[in-house]
Amino acid sequence: MNFNDTPQEAEYRATVRAWLEANAAEYREPPADSWKLPEFIARSKAWQAKKHAAGYTGITWPKMFGGQGLTPMHSIIYGQEESRWHVPQGLYSIGLGMCIPTVFTHGQPDVIQRYVPKALLGEEVWCQLFSEPAAGSDLAGIRTKAVRDGDEWVIDGQKVWTSFAHASDYGIVVTRTDPSLPKHKGLTMFIVNMKASGVTVKGIKQMSGGSDFNEVFFDGVRVHDSHRLGAVGDGWKVALTTLMHERLAVGGKPRYAPGYETLMKLARGVDAPDGNPAIAASDVRQKIAQTYINDQGIKLTQMRALSALSKGQVPGPEQSISKVVVAKTMQDLASFALDLSGGDGFVAGADADPELAKLQGSYLGSAGLRIAGGTDEILRNIIAERVLGLPGDMRPDKDTPFNQAVTA
Amino acid sequence: MNFDFSDEAKELGEQAKKLLAEKAGTGPARKAMAADAPAMDAALWKEISELGWTAARVPEAHGGLGLSVEEVAQLAEAAGGSLAHVPLVSTLLATEALVLAGTEAQQAKWLPGIASGETIACVAWSESGAVNPANVRTEAKGGKLTGVKQPVADLAVAHVAIVVAAGADGPQLHIVDLNGADTAAVETLDLVRRHGRLTLNATPAEALGTVGDYQDWLDRAAVILAYEAIGTAGAAMAMTVDYAKTRVAFGQKIGRYQAVKHKCADMYIKLELARAHALHGLAMIGTNGAELRQAAAAARVASLDALAYCAEENVQLHGGIGFTWESDCQFYYRRNRALVAALGPRGWWAERLVRALEQRNRAAA
Repeated sequence: MNFNDTPQEAEYRATVRAWLEANAAEYREPPADSWKLPEFIARSKAWQAKKHAAGYTGITWPKMFGGQGLTPMHSIIYGQEESRWHVPQGLYSIGLGMCIPTVFTHGQPDVIQRYVPKALLGEEVWCQLFSEPAAGSDLAGIRTKAVRDGDEWVIDGQKVWTSFAHASDYGIVVTRTDPSLPKHKGLTMFIVNMKASGVTVKGIKQMSGGSDFNEVFFDGVRVHDSHRLGAVGDGWKVALTTLMHERLAVGGKPRYAPGYETLMKLARGVDAPDGNPAIAASDVRQKIAQTYINDQGIKLTQMRALSALSKGQVPGPEQSISKVVVAKTMQDLASFALDLSGGDGFVAGADADPELAKLQGSYLGSAGLRIAGGTDEILRNIIAERVLGLPGDMRPDKDTPFNQAVTA
Repeated sequence: MNFDFSDEAKELGEQAKKLLAEKAGTGPARKAMAADAPAMDAALWKEISELGWTAARVPEAHGGLGLSVEEVAQLAEAAGGSLAHVPLVSTLLATEALVLAGTEAQQAKWLPGIASGETIACVAWSESGAVNPANVRTEAKGGKLTGVKQPVADLAVAHVAIVVAAGADGPQLHIVDLNGADTAAVETLDLVRRHGRLTLNATPAEALGTVGDYQDWLDRAAVILAYEAIGTAGAAMAMTVDYAKTRVAFGQKIGRYQAVKHKCADMYIKLELARAHALHGLAMIGTNGAELRQAAAAARVASLDALAYCAEENVQLHGGIGFTWESDCQFYYRRNRALVAALGPRGWWAERLVRALEQRNRAAA
């Protein structure tokens, strides 16, 4: 066993590293102040165009869609190297990670021609319009409807938790096209122009104080039938391919999140209830151990997956444990560390100690992470059903026409 | 990156699991539980010795196959999953000590017999009052050991014991020939694996390596035992999942209820975390890596967490039937205690993990 690159991987890594050295110099250090949205978008677009020209976008995509036709390992190596720099990140992750693969898998040829190259170049930003106020974990319960009108469809309804909707040019939207069918059967997916008349985007203020998501309202928005993804009524199947990509993308511990080292450092500076240094307290040390086991365990699990990819094999199902472990570990650690800090851990904002402020951010943010991209509960269902083969939950509405199902 | 078992090790693991699924498992374990049952399945021991399982780690110069610790891990997992009534893991742990720290003469004396299966070895660190491997009080002085070791797994069938005793510099490993030794049976919560008491009264012993070697052996033993625990936990999980797929309550399979299926998912999560750390331990042993101490301790803690959870919730999710004497749930529930006793409790290993992390951070600073 070893943690080394193969010779081919090492060669690609060296090429990537040299390119980043030559092209990412302005991103060597984190920005002094976080970028405001227009600057973030401008920087993201410029960086994406630079990458595109050098052949570092769509690394795993087929060449016929403008990709590089390389392996997942190449993409991972590029990502590892890029993450050592403070380049603008995130604007394209949903579009290129989930939306566009759905477009080139299910879209019509001229639609693919029109949208995929511009998305890859970063000229156009994409968002994913799935969740609704009444359809979160139960995604197939969506109510946004699309009604056929000649060569067009007319969309009415509301989406929620849409990342970067305010910065997006296009989106993929799941709609209900036949409410007389059972809920998974009457859905259809479309490409929608986010600047079209009838589209309204409103920011959501989160519990944590941030605003990373939006509500999107559709009021008589018209979409041409050529912008349909997959057959009428196949929207659920199409959405599943998109979500498969999401579950892969929302993985390990976020880079900014405190880990066991944070607790170790903190515990050296505060007293335990018995007056001795907290670092000597057994419960503190057990929490350090548990945090290491969870976070490092996920990192190692990802290395198992990388090894499989490196050998050209399909990774095992163990990857599915990542987010459910990482999010709760983050919350437990933050909660424990803030307990340990007493009043200092409670004082916030400009009056807070910067290290404790990070833990406060983690405490608030982890509550959202346990829900985003599949709740803890849905992820446990997925492990139990898809990995262990247990039967699905009882779903009384599964075979009932959607417009006759009990909704409240 | 190659963070995975070798194909050869995987293949041996598959063969071992297949054979033990036939020849071991809860049926034979139940027979072994009888008071008058033999202390091991001698026919199975003969068969697996002939297949070279005990020879796996022994260098070729001493009649072995000279394989890596990955093969040992695969065998330990297979043994753990099948509850095989043979002193395989005890012998593998002792072999690891001899391979790690034995002199040429010590290896030449003991390893050929181990490789052929004629010599069975066990490990004796535990003693009354010593709750962890750091504070043994059995005394080593002038080539003689004095103290009482218990519970010692597989003592009744073993020919040689690797005994932990404290000399001037602290606890370290010793080799004690069990020919004519003062041994007795000790009852434990595990009714399948036999344990014993070894009374040492100025008993002649050879030191095996240094105090540092003892610490290094503890890391290796922790990783090997992590695989045994993973095997046992995996079997308990499989038993739960099978039951959840067939048992009906309130008009449907109980596996449909989230209260049940989420516990199954948590079993899987804990097992995969344990596998990740145990594999890290193997990688560190194989490469002489600097992170062995932390990896081994994490593997030990994570595997005990997985085993305790799987064993306990297996009984719980079976309901009343799981609490009966006739149910197989008790085997895993009881074996959990045996594997904790085998190398000391979770808390001590978690502390060892944190100390290793602190040391590494200091070194990096």
